[in-house]
Amino acid sequence: MAKDFSYEAVMSRRPEIMKASVGIDYSQFEQDGIGFDYERMMKETGYTLAEMQEIQGKTGVGNTPLFEMHNMTALARKYAPKGKGARIFIKDEAGNPSGSFKARRAANAVYHAKKLGYKGVIAATSGNYGAAVASQAAMHGLKCIIVQECYDSHYVGQPEIIEKARKCEAYGAEVVQTSVGPELFYIFLKLLEETGYFNASLYTPFGIAGVETLGYEIAMQFREREGKDPDVVVCTNAGGGNLTGTARGLIKAGAVETQVVAASVDLTGLHMASDTDFNRKSFTTGHTGFGMPFATNPDRSDVPRSAARSLRYMDRYVLVNQGEVFYMTEALAQLEGLERGPAGNTALAAAFALAQEMDENQIILVQETEYTGAGKHIQAQLTFALENGIEIFFGNPDDEVKGKNIILPENPSMMKARDVDMNKLKASYIKNIAAKAEDKVLLEDDITFLVQETKSTDDFVRDEVKKLGYQVRQN
Amino acid sequence: MIFVIQKGTWVKIEQQVLDSTQRAPQLPDDTKKVPFMMWTKGFLVEDSEMNGDATVETLTGRHVSGSLKEVEPSYDHNYGTYIPELIRIGKDLRKERWGGDING
Repeated sequence: MAKDFSYEAVMSRRPEIMKASVGIDYSQFEQDGIGFDYERMMKETGYTLAEMQEIQGKTGVGNTPLFEMHNMTALARKYAPKGKGARIFIKDEAGNPSGSFKARRAANAVYHAKKLGYKGVIAATSGNYGAAVASQAAMHGLKCIIVQECYDSHYVGQPEIIEKARKCEAYGAEVVQTSVGPELFYIFLKLLEETGYFNASLYTPFGIAGVETLGYEIAMQFREREGKDPDVVVCTNAGGGNLTGTARGLIKAGAVETQVVAASVDLTGLHMASDTDFNRKSFTTGHTGFGMPFATNPDRSDVPRSAARSLRYMDRYVLVNQGEVFYMTEALAQLEGLERGPAGNTALAAAFALAQEMDENQIILVQETEYTGAGKHIQAQLTFALENGIEIFFGNPDDEVKGKNIILPENPSMMKARDVDMNKLKASYIKNIAAKAEDKVLLEDDITFLVQETKSTDDFVRDEVKKLGYQVRQN
Repeated sequence: MIFVIQKGTWVKIEQQVLDSTQRAPQLPDDTKKVPFMMWTKGFLVEDSEMNGDATVETLTGRHVSGSLKEVEPSYDHNYGTYIPELIRIGKDLRKERWGGDING
């Protein structure tokens, strides 16, 4: 009898498809209660730092340049109180083979696929990761399929996503495109089952461990150049892998004093699965639509346990508006002579504001850039926004209404990094994860797990679960 | 008039994966109202009519069927149109950083 490939049948086979396509039995890391052993998962299924550096080095990934943004720093100091205005640096990750830091994640995933004998790799992504997987697959001689959400119901495609499709095809990948909706996951599972290819998920231990080299490199480059670690590292945050991997790499280098800050573009109010909102977003990644849900519920990804667990490492989370990121993208070109893609400059917009809170002798690093090109460009994105009825004008970015307008700051002094309440974020995570407990009873081990997961204290977690009406008992 | 596209031509096909009644329950209403679509590129396996049923062989050797949407699809995404605000940002920033007369 032919296999049933209907929506219901494929979705019900999800666990077995996942197991066959990732090669990891996640159940071995599960603990009694709601937790799992994250560090053991990372250790037993990942690679060591030295192995990763070798794997990445062989395909030209990593060792990207570090630039000091002298003019941005000078400008930030104009608006900062006397003695304030940290030195702003940028790690030019656009220098990776596929044009973004995602090459680090893909290098490990594709190497792993090849090692395990898979004939091809599949990734579900509308972002830079698709191009990264396609580029690595080309180098290793593996077949590659990228599945991306690209068009609305009127067959109008997001220019940035269309550009990424082009780039994937340039590396010889097959690109399957869908309309708006989470049912893309069905297509993804079906393709995995049909082809027997490897699931090059963004969220596997080897993918996340691939970013550790970035954190490690940052510490080494600063020690060589400045004789110290950066005080603050700002990461553009979506699914949490960038921040998680970078922070782990910093820790592996011993840079434990460095503060890790997440930054996202605020798209609050636009629904991620809405057909009409789809083309009213001027950013397709690095925004709160991914950042918030993934921070507060990381296991919503395409693997049973995501290795990207940003709240474990996040010291602070700040939001910037679309107009501010576009403004800083232009500033990076006009003041520093670097033309880079808009979404990757989210952290830069935040850093410009954060630098003004810090002392002059301190260092703040923006840890990525991404390539720019047709569609994936400030001018293409602003044109597309205008075509979708979005107004663009100068004013106060605080007044921006997502999906309605893009407000460019009247003056650079109006750039802001708006703090997300970390305790609220942690409480939200605890609420989501504790809900998996049976009969409203949590184990002592669960409390330990929640403390680690939220980088908080025993008291904080106990307080939160008590408020939610949970009992705690010995294992 | 019927256009027949020759076997072996590189094309894009369109397939309705789910109709609006079959869509995921948690979706917002605007998305629930429309079908879930998929587009795939490949070489036509047989001579096929424009907008008619067609099967392609993709780059990974898969056979996928749908309706023939585009022949020899290419890219026309670009750098957009003139955005006056960008010129102003550049002028403003240079003035803020370097003072009055840098732009002449």
